[in-house]
Amino acid sequence: MSAIAGPAAATAEGRALRLERTGTANKVGKRRRRNQSIRTAISAIVIVVWCVAPFYWMIVTSFRDVGFTFDTTPWFTHFTWDNYVTALSTNLGNHLGRALLNSLIIGAVTTVICLLFGIFAAYALARLDFRFKGIVMGVILGASMFPGVALLTPLFQLFTSWGWIGTYQALILPDISFALPLTVYTLTSFFREMPWDLEEAARIDGCTPAQAFRKIILPLAAPAVFTTAILAFIASWNEYLIASQLTTDATQTVTVAIAGFTGSQPHQEPYTAVMAAGVVVTIPLVILVLIFQRRIVAGLTAGGVKG
Amino acid sequence: MSTETATPLGTVARPPRSGLKKQQRGQARWAIWLILPTMALLAVVIGYPIVSAIVMSFQKDAGLDSSTGMFVQGGFAGFQNYAHWLLQQCASSGGTVACPPGSLGAQFWNAVGVTFFFTVVTVILETVFGLWMAIIMNRAFRGRGIVRAAILVPWAIPTAVTAKLWFFIFSAAGVANALIGQRILWVSGEWSSRWAIIIADTWKTTPFMALLILAGLQLIPDEVNEAAKVDGASTVQRFWRVTLPLVKPALMVAVLFRILDALRIYDLPAILTGGGGGSGNATTTLSILVVQQIRQGPNSASALSTITFIIIFLVAFIFVRFLGANVVRTQESQQKGTL
Amino acid sequence: MRRARKTTLRLSGLAGIAVLGMVLAGCSGGGGSGDPKSQNLDGKGPITYVQGKDNSNVVRPLIAKWNKAHPDEKVTFKEQSDQADQQHDDLVQNFQAKNANYDVVDVDVVWTAEFAAKGWLQPLTGSLKIDTSKLFKPTVATATYNGTLYAAPQTSDGGLLYYRTDLVKTPPTSWDEMMKDCDIAKQAGIGCYAGQFAQYEGLTVNTAEAINTAGGTIVGKDGKSPTVDSADAKKGLQRLVDGFKNGDIPADAITYQEEQGRQAFEAGKLLFLRNWPYVYSLAKTDGSSVVKDKFAVAPLPGNGNGKPGASSLGGHNAAISVYSKHKQTAHDFIEFLQSEQTQKFFMTQGSLAPVLASLYDDSELNSKFGYLSTLKKSIESAVPRPVTPFYPAVTKAIQDNAYAALKGNKSVDTALKDMSDAIKAAGSGS
Repeated sequence: MSAIAGPAAATAEGRALRLERTGTANKVGKRRRRNQSIRTAISAIVIVVWCVAPFYWMIVTSFRDVGFTFDTTPWFTHFTWDNYVTALSTNLGNHLGRALLNSLIIGAVTTVICLLFGIFAAYALARLDFRFKGIVMGVILGASMFPGVALLTPLFQLFTSWGWIGTYQALILPDISFALPLTVYTLTSFFREMPWDLEEAARIDGCTPAQAFRKIILPLAAPAVFTTAILAFIASWNEYLIASQLTTDATQTVTVAIAGFTGSQPHQEPYTAVMAAGVVVTIPLVILVLIFQRRIVAGLTAGGVKG
Repeated sequence: MSTETATPLGTVARPPRSGLKKQQRGQARWAIWLILPTMALLAVVIGYPIVSAIVMSFQKDAGLDSSTGMFVQGGFAGFQNYAHWLLQQCASSGGTVACPPGSLGAQFWNAVGVTFFFTVVTVILETVFGLWMAIIMNRAFRGRGIVRAAILVPWAIPTAVTAKLWFFIFSAAGVANALIGQRILWVSGEWSSRWAIIIADTWKTTPFMALLILAGLQLIPDEVNEAAKVDGASTVQRFWRVTLPLVKPALMVAVLFRILDALRIYDLPAILTGGGGGSGNATTTLSILVVQQIRQGPNSASALSTITFIIIFLVAFIFVRFLGANVVRTQESQQKGTL
Repeated sequence: MRRARKTTLRLSGLAGIAVLGMVLAGCSGGGGSGDPKSQNLDGKGPITYVQGKDNSNVVRPLIAKWNKAHPDEKVTFKEQSDQADQQHDDLVQNFQAKNANYDVVDVDVVWTAEFAAKGWLQPLTGSLKIDTSKLFKPTVATATYNGTLYAAPQTSDGGLLYYRTDLVKTPPTSWDEMMKDCDIAKQAGIGCYAGQFAQYEGLTVNTAEAINTAGGTIVGKDGKSPTVDSADAKKGLQRLVDGFKNGDIPADAITYQEEQGRQAFEAGKLLFLRNWPYVYSLAKTDGSSVVKDKFAVAPLPGNGNGKPGASSLGGHNAAISVYSKHKQTAHDFIEFLQSEQTQKFFMTQGSLAPVLASLYDDSELNSKFGYLSTLKKSIESAVPRPVTPFYPAVTKAIQDNAYAALKGNKSVDTALKDMSDAIKAAGSGS
């Protein structure tokens, strides 16, 4: 909002269309601005509450004694760490710890592969001139929008006959199908932004190409690559459809583990422990995302695809 | 606006200093080698499965040999698997009958309807709320950082966790009912189950829409708005006449992405309602139907997943063709203004 | 416009991927030789036993015991996931690969027919025959496909009627008696009866129980032709529908799986509950249970002819893979699993209901598990769920249509007619 008193004054309701260049304009303008900032403040509070309240509820419930699962007191009551112990224990046949490790491995391998392949493609798309560039970009965007079920059916058959169900590659390959396109066009957007002229300038200043790359390009590109890596990792971490169908216990990912979380008896649904497991799975992501907020928002809007 | 001034596709974003043809050809050769690995990998992880799905979709699923009671291979099916879904025809002794309720085949058009319903409602809600959130976030006020951080929370939570969380919130004795003082059986009613999913999806995805739209909003120079103010435009007028047209390219791309994403919705209904609700299938989307079919008959499932893929492709095509959502170009131009 | 066309061109590049993939697409096929059913029948040697998650540590001690006695025929335990779908997929994958290391597999009762029809299970005939005379008849039926025994019943499970002893002196023996007792529930201001009526496998179990108890059947003797469109079957389903209509079954119960029903019962909100034996010890010990000393179990209410209701059967069967190299050892191991000692251990260690009838009269077990004699009645008069290779489609046919009827979206007549048609369609492939 501009700091200059808005020449366009309005009625108290702020709905008038006509210009009023009278002596009261300033006062009215101030009130109008104050009204707007009150409205903005209320809206902001509504947004924050709407976004955070369910997450807050998950945390509150995760610390609540299981006997009071459906207590609706909006703050911490019947506080206990038991649910976290339950969530992480393997006594009930849940292996959240192993699932975390699986998701970490699958996410990391997927991310590394996607970066290894994607960096070169993104460099070419951002920096080089060639025909069919639009088509390549279109293919990559289209691929990222590809419905998972269309891959799932054939993969289920193929992997079953290859004995791949319950292996890491059975999840990494499908994950690449959406993480690689994401990587390529997020990186492409970032690379377009980089001041490549500096490279030339460095060369003119007597740097060898290798030096120019190491001293100028690498430091410039590192944040972009890092952000892209986070986005690709999150995308893989959050995948559920394919993971839920192509895993066995040994390679179960966190999303599958949480969806199928069981209680001490075969038919039990331990909400409080599930919420605790949810917090365990989510907190690292939320912290990561909040720390790298700015870059992630930049990467998201560049990529334009949900993780 | 910014879209119009974007460089035409197929030419260089930043023309090389010396526009020599030779250099361009060298670049093209380089580009091929740089892009080839990615395209090859995509061919392996997407192309190969798709082709096998299409091949499978023309095979019959294994059936029982009535004399031995053992399974035998089905053989070539022609378009039978496709007819099974599209016409809802089920095989019967010696011919076909309309698929009876309680068979997956009877659910195809219902699933199409449910999927499109979710898509339309969630995309509209998320666009409207996303726009609102973006406009708020585009204003300067104390605590804007907090709003921007808060908005990332739903995005960062995996959908599977989101589904469990809302399942708990929407349980009969849960907090949603406590807040509204009702005792709605959310996941069981025909419409309540759908709204439960829509609410959860809106919560999860609106922030993402808001961020995309915000990026578009930030491209609008302050002067444009100021000029409109000077001309005496009200807030509402400025929104409709200035903000919206200017943010439209970014908005269209965001909407396209959301539509394609919503058409493949699986995680939320699968975990939150299991596809149930109403008389049992109120929230069965196309993706859920495919997953249910996979173990009952993979070849038939391949036909269904191919149909799903074609539907999504057609929607994208129509959207791009008639509503002019130019993904690539908007990506490029938007990029110049943000960051 | 030109712009739009360009982009569509780009999107159609997607098809390009497919074309590229076409080049890579190959054909995969497997070859086989000889009939594995007639091979390695007397093979002896080390084998592997495959089962889902061994949560209460039942299998390991048993295998250790076996291995001590059979040093040359050691059993290795391959533990699967604890999720049924994943266990199923893992078995399919290994059978398809003709994996000789999956010698003895533990299969859910409802998968037995499918695996048998795919030719993956070794018929237990000839030298591999097992003695089924001491087992509950219904459990044997779950392992029999097309007149041949393909697996050995290993553990079982049956439904029980939990009731409040402080409100009802003698448990109802028939459905009509139970409905009369609902007045007591009304006076106490609680729900009368609940089972598992959410739309999932539990609804198939409860629907089948209602239909079978009323004298109806779901499929005929051949295991696939539907017989559910009958007057008796109608009577059974009608009982549940009426229960919902007049409030004897609380409206919430349409969302109940086992757990929600247990919670409602433990909270004192239900007079009668149909559930599995696992509820018994939980309701006695749970901190939040208000009915600890105020409940008991009875057989499911019957049809008014003095006989108890017909429970559906849970449990697992042990089967020998046709690809096993050591089928004789596998056979011996299965007999070991069915031995009285092993079955008793299943019960004491894992609360897994034995398939051996005699154990239900064991005084030691009876003093430890208060529900055992009731469970015996339940399993004795149980009726297996349809034994069909198309079980997933059949159970869906039952669930979907029963659910619509319970919700009042369909008349009972239409529901049973549709159920019948859908079961028929399930059997004729897609």
